Amino acid sequence: MTLKADVKLDAKGLVCPMPIIKTKKAMIDVNEGQILEVQATDKGSIADLKAWAESMGHQYIGSTEEDGVLHHYIRKSGDDIGLEKNFKNTIANEEIIDRAVNGGIILDVREEAEYAFGHIAGSLSIPIGELEERLEELDREKEIYVICRTGTRSDLAARKLSEKGFKKVFNVLPGISYWHGDLSKKI
Amino acid sequence: MAFIKMTAAQVARKVIENQKLFILDVRNRDAYEDWKIEGHNFDYLNVPYFDLLDGVEEILAKLPTDRDVLVVCAKEGSSLMIAEMISEEGRDVFYLEGGMDSWSSYLEPIKVGNLTGGGELYQFVRLGKGCLSYMVISEGEAAIVDAVRFTDVFINFAKEKNVEIKYVFDTHLHADHISGGRQLAQATGAAYYLPPKDAEEVVFDYTPLEDGLIVKIGASQIEVDALYSPGHTIGSTSFIVDRKYLLTGDILFIDSIGRPDLAGLAEDWVGDLRKTLYRRYRELTEDLIVLPAHFMIIDELNEDGTVAKSLGDLFLENHGLNIHDEDEFRHIVTDNLPPQPNSYQQIRQVNMGKINPSNDEQTEMEIGPNRCAVR
Repeated sequence: MTLKADVKLDAKGLVCPMPIIKTKKAMIDVNEGQILEVQATDKGSIADLKAWAESMGHQYIGSTEEDGVLHHYIRKSGDDIGLEKNFKNTIANEEIIDRAVNGGIILDVREEAEYAFGHIAGSLSIPIGELEERLEELDREKEIYVICRTGTRSDLAARKLSEKGFKKVFNVLPGISYWHGDLSKKI
Repeated sequence: MAFIKMTAAQVARKVIENQKLFILDVRNRDAYEDWKIEGHNFDYLNVPYFDLLDGVEEILAKLPTDRDVLVVCAKEGSSLMIAEMISEEGRDVFYLEGGMDSWSSYLEPIKVGNLTGGGELYQFVRLGKGCLSYMVISEGEAAIVDAVRFTDVFINFAKEKNVEIKYVFDTHLHADHISGGRQLAQATGAAYYLPPKDAEEVVFDYTPLEDGLIVKIGASQIEVDALYSPGHTIGSTSFIVDRKYLLTGDILFIDSIGRPDLAGLAEDWVGDLRKTLYRRYRELTEDLIVLPAHFMIIDELNEDGTVAKSLGDLFLENHGLNIHDEDEFRHIVTDNLPPQPNSYQQIRQVNMGKINPSNDEQTEMEIGPNRCAVR
């Protein structure tokens, strides 16, 4: 499974503390909201990268292992909880499953890697950066519940859809980070 | 100022001699909270190395100047980096050679006592993991009980003592650490004994360790008597050495008792555990010195570093031997047990010979504290 990353770092063969030191340096050139993939072979990097990312306010999305190589996915400054949300038409996490049964679309605008490590079964993945060019995948007649991790990106996406003439758009709050139901890893 | 290497052996001396030491543990918080170097007079500060990459100024004031400061990490690399940064700020500091990996594997041999006719009994204390192995020496021969996987230590010690390792025993199929018994027997030509009831799935040859077996070490009177004492596992067997010492394996510890659940059969084995602790051991003389296969906390160490106490004292002081109500006993040893040891199922597979992980993989499996007891 190869997941999309904006920046890749090869830290294979390096032992502690080098994977973290390299990651810290690499992170300087990553834009906020972008995904850094760190490839490492040091098993200790799993716990350490997660703890480091959290202490720095980055979002540690998850890791996969393939042929002894760990692929870590980290989103820069992922902690955007509490930022202002402007889109007025909102809906609560708890309501969307029932509403979607009647023909609505749950649109997940997080990055591909975030979606891969846990999403609502049956939801559609279009990362916010690709939304504009993929509008034709969305049915304008249906209700669209836009969700992300904390409601900030989905707020932006909902406004964009609204500007493009979508009428039945909702921003889902508080978002996946407060999702109490099951999350799927199937993609 | 200098940053200087400290070996696991030097740290072990500080533990046993109750010396002071200040440990700056730079592993992540979860790893530190799960398992650390324990000492009576040790103080600690845990700051992950990745929080110190921009400098150590913030913690300098917290590092004492009246005792040694030792920087510890998992494998050495990070502690070396942080120690160098601290020394650049003008402070003398030590780092742990080989990190927690080497701490986990270090064995300190300590003499427990003399045996009839000039024999000796040694306890090998694995401080980092709480494992205890034993060597009985008499007239040029040796028997080893519950050897951990660092077989060189026993082989070299036997050479030093000029004795031949003739017998290797495991009191039971271990679930918390990888046994060195089979490898040690292969390397020395000794017979490897396992309780057959624990060995139904093993894929190698062994000599059955049966109740009542008597093995004589050397030409004279040193006897090692096997005593079937199930409960931690269905095969668990104790040894009485020279009618003086009771090697209890993982059935009875100094401040706790064995847990019956590590093979997934707690309900079946709890009755055996009860019978061993409350009947079979009760029939033994209270003067026997109990030598378990583990300790859990540093307070179980005696002043000389050994882990040993008379059976009579344990009948008085060990909570697990003083639960008179059988239902309550059943409840305590089967419900609300502490978490199981790291990788315990894989470790059992290794000890049965079913899988053969590399040395690094074995180290990884054994990371963390042992958790064989119920208090």
